[in-house]
Amino acid sequence: MRPEDLKPEQFSAYPPEARRLALDYLGTFRRLPLSFLPNLLRQVIEFDFKFPVERKTLEKELANLRSLSQHDLQLWFREFTEIKLSESLEKFDWVSAPAQFVEQLSAHLWTTHQMDAFRHAALGYAEKLRAAVTPEPPITPRFGIAVIGQGVDLAPEPLFRKLRPHGAFFSAVNPENGLQHLLDTVAARAGSYPAPYAHWYIDGGEELPHPSGVTCVSYTAMDPVRAAILARIHAETQKKGMGPEALRTLMAQLRPVDLGMASASGPVLDHFQIKLLTEGSGTQIFSTSFVQWAAREALRRAQPLTSLVRFAPRQRQKPMNELLSPSSERVELDPVGSLMDADMGAYYNWINQQRLPGSEKSLFLAWFENQKEAVAISPTLPHGTVSAETIDLRGILSWIT
Amino acid sequence: MTVRSSFRLTNRPDWLCGMSESNPRELARQLAFTRREFLRSAAGVALGSALLHAGPLVFGATPRSKRKVIVITFGGGARDQETFAPEGQDNIPHLMRELIPRSTFFTQVVNHGILGHYVATASLATGVYETINNFASLPPESPTVFEYFRKDLKRPSSDAWVVAPSNGFNRIGESSHRSFGPGSGARVILPKYLLSAATSGRGDYGHLLRDSYETPLYAPELGGNTFELEQMEMILKLSVDDFKAHARTLSSPDELSVYIVRQLMRQLAPSLLWVTMHDIDIAHAGAYSLYIEGIRRTDRLCAELWKVIQSEPEYTGRTTLFILPDFGRDSDEDAGGNGFQHHRTGDVISRTTWMMALGPGIREGVVYDRPVDSIDLVPTLGSMMGFTASLSRGKPITEIL
Repeated sequence: MRPEDLKPEQFSAYPPEARRLALDYLGTFRRLPLSFLPNLLRQVIEFDFKFPVERKTLEKELANLRSLSQHDLQLWFREFTEIKLSESLEKFDWVSAPAQFVEQLSAHLWTTHQMDAFRHAALGYAEKLRAAVTPEPPITPRFGIAVIGQGVDLAPEPLFRKLRPHGAFFSAVNPENGLQHLLDTVAARAGSYPAPYAHWYIDGGEELPHPSGVTCVSYTAMDPVRAAILARIHAETQKKGMGPEALRTLMAQLRPVDLGMASASGPVLDHFQIKLLTEGSGTQIFSTSFVQWAAREALRRAQPLTSLVRFAPRQRQKPMNELLSPSSERVELDPVGSLMDADMGAYYNWINQQRLPGSEKSLFLAWFENQKEAVAISPTLPHGTVSAETIDLRGILSWIT
Repeated sequence: MTVRSSFRLTNRPDWLCGMSESNPRELARQLAFTRREFLRSAAGVALGSALLHAGPLVFGATPRSKRKVIVITFGGGARDQETFAPEGQDNIPHLMRELIPRSTFFTQVVNHGILGHYVATASLATGVYETINNFASLPPESPTVFEYFRKDLKRPSSDAWVVAPSNGFNRIGESSHRSFGPGSGARVILPKYLLSAATSGRGDYGHLLRDSYETPLYAPELGGNTFELEQMEMILKLSVDDFKAHARTLSSPDELSVYIVRQLMRQLAPSLLWVTMHDIDIAHAGAYSLYIEGIRRTDRLCAELWKVIQSEPEYTGRTTLFILPDFGRDSDEDAGGNGFQHHRTGDVISRTTWMMALGPGIREGVVYDRPVDSIDLVPTLGSMMGFTASLSRGKPITEIL
């Protein structure tokens, strides 16, 4: 089926708000090339479970597409129309299953050596979109906080090497009440700038008490869901003929209710958390991977004003078969390895925050939990500097902000 | 749309400063240039172009028929910042201090194919960008280097071997091409499969039996003929008890592979030996410390194999060693990826890698910046050993011939 043949009834299985949106833009969809449209529909079909910022962004993107003249459309999508698709892709039910289509499209692009051309087309589209739909700056500078090294007294290697050139390194931090100061800062920002999903706290272990205006995700709270997913994976991989593609498709179709998830946090956050485990790699087995991916996805999707991300020790490496098998054995931890993971994770948190609008004013703090080392990044702090002055986290926070 | 705005860092890592992202070819060239500068300062190597007017290479007294070649694929992809960049050189002390000064080094080896480990290794081994399913037990479609070698030079099956990490690599020794029948390629040993059979899944060997990291949720089924335990006893003169006892002293699948390689070299002394390392690919689980650990181990194992070459009478003075990754990993800067964790974006850093060649007749401490294609390896081996890779799409690398 070609986009120009789209009919309203084909969207009947979409969730209510997604269906409304799709029908509103049906005429626009009919004008788009097949190498592009399912990527867009993959966003549309998830509309009911998207964060407010994502919804707004998608609506703006759709409105922009609708506003393009035929001539503009040709300019915007010339490279996409040059991508050659297979007959099987054209016959695929890409309206009902856009994500699966995109997965098959990806395999097709690799095998037909069109991946570079598609990548070029996609980057060009993103560039044009950014010029046409200017992203809104945040109402206050974003503030990302990473806390690493829980359970370690002495780092085996210098920490924050990748972050230090971008900010000030503090080597004599007084750690007293450090975590509480950080939580208080998050709470204060949540109070000053209240908005749904604007302030996040992600913990690799058990979550600490936090105010209700803060969205919280923790590895420990996800334990039962992780166990259910691992059991599901284990059962599926025992089946004959089950391959990685089929398993990935099956995982992508899992819903919170399929995994016994009954949280009070609402369908949007439930959906987000399930995706962390079904789409993330390593998130099912390593808490450090879970936290890094959760922070990345929260920043990418919800674009929070505040994020406090606390890494915790992950389990020690074991054979993948054992890691993926549900087990009641006591988990052996690897705090030092986790510190290295988290050090890189903190750097990635900062990078991901810098990808968002308003990055020139963004603030960032990374701290070695209960220890003396921290790095702070702010427009007001000189880059690549070191301070050996004794200071507590409250003092650093006042310098940053 | 899934493609997000490109990353805007106000401060880029020092080693990337000045690189343009707009032109992938230019970025690859600058990447190569930067690698050369790192090597020149750290390992004291010379630029290859300075030697253009030097005399022809002298291959010594070894006739072609006695020449041996060992190819090591460097562990599943590693990036510059964890290897050849200043901040990464601590991870590869053996390459930096022992091997690079003895080698001709190519700074810009570009893989234009599919960035999956099995299919990319198959492409390296055929000299054609293969498009087979990365996760299926399928042979390469184009003739392999092993088939060319054996047919043209009339070599027995004992003269070409592959030692590979995962079940998925069992078909890599010979192609499905009609010009070459079954049994005309290399024998493939899967050390993990052997150990698993030897221990019947019992005992403390789990750390050596880690599966493919690219699809941690799924272990590929074994296809094709398998090298079994009885053959190990007969051909490698290695009893099951000795194998198990030695395996207990090892810490990773690649160490197990190197142990088997040493046995092969001692017992059969094959002229063409291909070793695929894989420990580094644990990066897919998202744990940075385990990725670094994999790089450090692979660095050590490469040096160990070089020492074995120097000490084994059948190999010393007549063996050329090639070391190259099958491809890189995603850059931190590509918003479509998640940094070191995967190799999915197809960005320049994930496609551009390096190669070193060492041995008699190879100039020592020389660096070449010009682009070399991944598929150039097979015709180069052909020219070196005296066979014609007639269906390869690559070109011989003249600088080492």
